[in-house]
Amino acid sequence: MTWSLLGHALEQGLVFGIMALGVYLTFQVLNFPDLSVDGTFPLGAAITAKIIFSGGHPLVAIMWAIIGGVLAGGLTAFFHTRLKFTNLLSGILTMTLLYSVNLRIMGKSNIPLLGKVTILDIVKSYFPFLSLDQLTPLLFLFIVLLVKVLLDYFLCTEVGMAVRATGDNEQMIRSLGVDTKITKIIGLCLSNGLVALSGSLFAQYSGFADVGMGIGTIVAGLASVIIGRSIFKDRGGIGWITISVIVGSIIYRATVMIALRYGYRLGFQPGDLKLISVILVVIALTFPLFRGRVKSIVASNGSNGTENK
Amino acid sequence: MLHLKNIYKCFAKGTSYEIEALRGINLHIPEGNFVTIIGSNGAGKSTLLNIIAGTILPDKGEITINQQDLTNKAEYYRARFIGRVFQNPLLGTAPSMTIEENLALSIKRFGRGLHLGLNNERRELFRNKLVQLELGLEHMLTKKVALLSGGQRQALTILMATMFDPKLLLLDEHTASLDPESSKKIQLITQEIVKEKKLTTIMVTHNMQEALRYGNRTIMMDRGRIILDISGKKRESVTIDYLLKQFSKLRKEEYIEDELVLA
Repeated sequence: MTWSLLGHALEQGLVFGIMALGVYLTFQVLNFPDLSVDGTFPLGAAITAKIIFSGGHPLVAIMWAIIGGVLAGGLTAFFHTRLKFTNLLSGILTMTLLYSVNLRIMGKSNIPLLGKVTILDIVKSYFPFLSLDQLTPLLFLFIVLLVKVLLDYFLCTEVGMAVRATGDNEQMIRSLGVDTKITKIIGLCLSNGLVALSGSLFAQYSGFADVGMGIGTIVAGLASVIIGRSIFKDRGGIGWITISVIVGSIIYRATVMIALRYGYRLGFQPGDLKLISVILVVIALTFPLFRGRVKSIVASNGSNGTENK
Repeated sequence: MLHLKNIYKCFAKGTSYEIEALRGINLHIPEGNFVTIIGSNGAGKSTLLNIIAGTILPDKGEITINQQDLTNKAEYYRARFIGRVFQNPLLGTAPSMTIEENLALSIKRFGRGLHLGLNNERRELFRNKLVQLELGLEHMLTKKVALLSGGQRQALTILMATMFDPKLLLLDEHTASLDPESSKKIQLITQEIVKEKKLTTIMVTHNMQEALRYGNRTIMMDRGRIILDISGKKRESVTIDYLLKQFSKLRKEEYIEDELVLA
């Protein structure tokens, strides 16, 4: 019982981990609070569901989902860099208009994919000796690690470094010859492409796409990034950070599932999910503060107050 | 080399806070010149550097480097010709990136590609450059810049600004926010690099002594205008006292001029 719960948490944590990597790219690397992901996650799901439902190949569906996400990110970037809207407003505008776009794509508010051939079925046909329960986490692990390695590599290229520097010190990187409009466009497109990929995989995994499935994506993504970063606090390399984001995503999903499964004892209802996720973010954000305080108390007790810090 | 023609810049135009930061600047700086600029607060020194670098665009006037018109070119484009060190040590480096990553960012000014920004060849180059600073930074390539002191960061910024041999080096009071010891060291590093690479340089400074000691030409600015431009023999014989006297004299004349206009 508990094992299958954790198994689901692992699978979902890996799928949403791709989304969390996208959120990490905008919020942390580019220092751009991009809210459009609440719209691009269901966009990826909607495009995928539509194509698979009409008999298209799942890989084609995934490809178009990514393209859709990239374009949505490009739109946010256009609002911000060309029309000079603030970063928050740019994301909100894209997120809001994507709600209508997603409805248009799907033609209705929900498309079920039960009985349709998804990427999971296709991969399973190559590994008939694995059960779906074994294959799903392995496939998602493979995809998320592939994304991680590619993202790590990109962030260490000349262009990727310029993107990082844009979030770190925009004036400085402009004076070194980088058009920061372009680096922002690159970052936003890439991030939203990843989020849409995550949405596409989630739709195929859960067997449906729904216009409302994007609500709170940004909070989940942020929670994953923050939880992960507070666990691997002192390690700084890009590779460590992206791993910690994925681990953070798994921990977040596990916590949410445990809260949903056993939370009724504390009086929680299924509708309280979003409330729980926000509480998790608040705890994760204040956790380093507490840790510092506990450490300093322990240290001052241990050394009998000889070291005052 | 650098030509500025009749540059005007006004901030907050049409409001009661209107400031005429630059009022008709004409300046020609030939290749290899090292110009120091002095002037009181609000004289327009920093605005002038910002106009040259493209951080702000002029209301009127023309900017050319080597006959290429740069008047309406963006800051990132002008970076192909210009290296820059800011007054604030925090402005010149990316704090959450490592020393080697910061240096890697400065190696190209355009045409960045999708190959790795760091390799052993580049690391070796950075180590050799850092050794010359004599700050021990060559042993800390993978350390984050946020952990460095202001002086170390400024030294790194100078290295980054001159990594690709710029046509023009802009120094905006780049030692002003450092302690005297670091300030001296940074000034020494600057002079060495400028001499070695024979860079055309503009250095803004508050310090009159520095303004006369370094470079081969000194410009004094006041309220958006160039009021003194000395070089060669005349500059050699000039003392700080003379500059101060000249400054108050020229300022008085201008007040009278203004009064006449207003009357």
